[in-house]
Amino acid sequence: MIIEMTDVNKDYIQGKMTVPALKHVNLQVEEGDYLAIMGPSGSGKTTLMNIIGLLDVQTSGTYLLDGNRVDTLNDSALAVLRNRLIGFVFQQFNLLPKLSAQDNVALPLLYANVPKKERRERAAAALEKVGLADRMNFRPNQLSGGQCQRVAIARAMVGGPKLLLADEPTGALDSKSGEQVMELFSQLNAEGTTIVLITHDQKVSTYARVTRHIFDGELR
Amino acid sequence: MFENIALAFQGIWSHKLRSFLTMLGIIIGIGSIIAIVSTIKGTNEQIKENLIGSGNNTVSISIYRGDSPMSFDYEGVPDGLTQITEETMSKIQALKEVAAATKYVERTYSGNVFRGDTAYNGAVRGIEPDYFSVAGYEVYLGRTLEDSDLAGYTKVAILDATAAATLFPNENPVGKTLEVAGEPFTVAGLVRKSSRFEPVIKTFKDYNTYMSRSAGEIFIPSAVWPVVYMYDEPEKVLLRATDTDSMTDAGKKAADILSGTVTAQDITYRSEDLLEQAKKLQDLSSSTNKQLIWIASISLLVGGIGVMNIMLVSVTERTREIGLKKAIGAKKARILRQFLTEAAVLTSIGGLIGVGAGIIMARVVSGMSGAPMAIDVTASAIAVAFSMVIGIVFGFIPAVKASNLNPIEALRRD
Repeated sequence: MIIEMTDVNKDYIQGKMTVPALKHVNLQVEEGDYLAIMGPSGSGKTTLMNIIGLLDVQTSGTYLLDGNRVDTLNDSALAVLRNRLIGFVFQQFNLLPKLSAQDNVALPLLYANVPKKERRERAAAALEKVGLADRMNFRPNQLSGGQCQRVAIARAMVGGPKLLLADEPTGALDSKSGEQVMELFSQLNAEGTTIVLITHDQKVSTYARVTRHIFDGELR
Repeated sequence: MFENIALAFQGIWSHKLRSFLTMLGIIIGIGSIIAIVSTIKGTNEQIKENLIGSGNNTVSISIYRGDSPMSFDYEGVPDGLTQITEETMSKIQALKEVAAATKYVERTYSGNVFRGDTAYNGAVRGIEPDYFSVAGYEVYLGRTLEDSDLAGYTKVAILDATAAATLFPNENPVGKTLEVAGEPFTVAGLVRKSSRFEPVIKTFKDYNTYMSRSAGEIFIPSAVWPVVYMYDEPEKVLLRATDTDSMTDAGKKAADILSGTVTAQDITYRSEDLLEQAKKLQDLSSSTNKQLIWIASISLLVGGIGVMNIMLVSVTERTREIGLKKAIGAKKARILRQFLTEAAVLTSIGGLIGVGAGIIMARVVSGMSGAPMAIDVTASAIAVAFSMVIGIVFGFIPAVKASNLNPIEALRRD
């Protein structure tokens, strides 16, 4: 079991009011699963993704990521877990504009203290896998949106994470690039990577094996 | 670490104008300090050179009653103060700081030297033949003093250029006669300093400081001193130190040996040390300039605040980058280090440019005003190190702010 959430609640405090963002969420994801979480904006799906991705901590309930209880860990232990277990793919790619594609992909390995030569080799291999072997030294502004998202996927996968977390990965792409990205996801899942995808696009969710819906902080 | 530094350089280079403007405060601050330090050092070296160079590492040791130099003309020779024995001289010559030593008697203002109606008011010294080699003089006309002059009580005089010009204007004095206390002395030769050291004179103050020593000198054999001045007059000592830095030690040790031979109350030998004089003059010139350094430091403070300001802007601009880095596994400490490195690299470059600018400034000022300058390597190194510290100190708040950014907020921001 890679994700095991039991009765997870998340409240935000706005002024004097407590606003619940997640209510009694129970979620189990087995290794190798491909899950899509759908919901309209404001439904709490980004909050859920932040908690799954160890960027945020729940107010109550338990969350085990790959068997680790994460609510008691400190900042730097969380950073290590994020680095080792999770690959992030964002709607806006979030590539560093000053770095080449290869250096962008190699970044997580830097934080894992991998030696430089190996970083470059593994980054090159990851880029080859997403079909960008010939764009290694291009900077993000020299690449199309679809190419940028594939660089971001290579960056997410380069450290060999167990879980790939994607937040509206096709949201900023034209439909053809979006399809390419989704096919890449399917391929990665077929090779054993667990994928959790957050989207409000019905078409995108069809690529997943399981789809769950979230409304007003309640996961169904 | 090296990668951090390389990345920091990249970041600085990609914002050339902004980085330069940020560094400007540091450049101006460090530049002014280096310019001031260079001027202080230049002045100090010139003072030392002027005083010591003109003295040729020589130290003169005179007799004092209390704190004033003794004048035997008025006071007579007290009991318990005698002439210097050969034994005492050899003790002084044996000191390791002493290269050579000789004893002599002296009137600083002669008062009784004439040629016809022309009076001479410079110094008269009764010396032994080795005086010239100790003092660093050479004979350039006529002959030097010889042992036979002492043994035969010959009434000969050796003049320096000033004395010669006073008494024998526009003529060759060798072989001519002058009067000391009514006694005729034949001029045997003319001497000058063999090092030909010319002190650098730029102001009247310099002139008064360095040129007052050359009011004219006449040398006669010490053997004939009693004929014109006084019997058994206790001598002074002139010694040459092995090097400039041992001048003070050589003088003090020799004076101690000499004072040990005196049994008279309140009378001591004291060394007149040009190195010490130089230090006093240096302190005087440094203390005024050191206040300027404090003023220049204020611009460093302003520069540091400028760095902090720009770093804070930079943190805000790079919020997404920081958020992304944290999301993919960068720890707080790494983000902190990244920003500290960037600030430190920025101010270190500023410091380096500042040192260069300061040296150029000092050169330009020195070229225009004639004030001397010298590059102080230690001060330059400290200046660069200090600017790095400024970067770390003033980069700290922005770096902490960056490292504490919440990745969710950071990623959400557009």
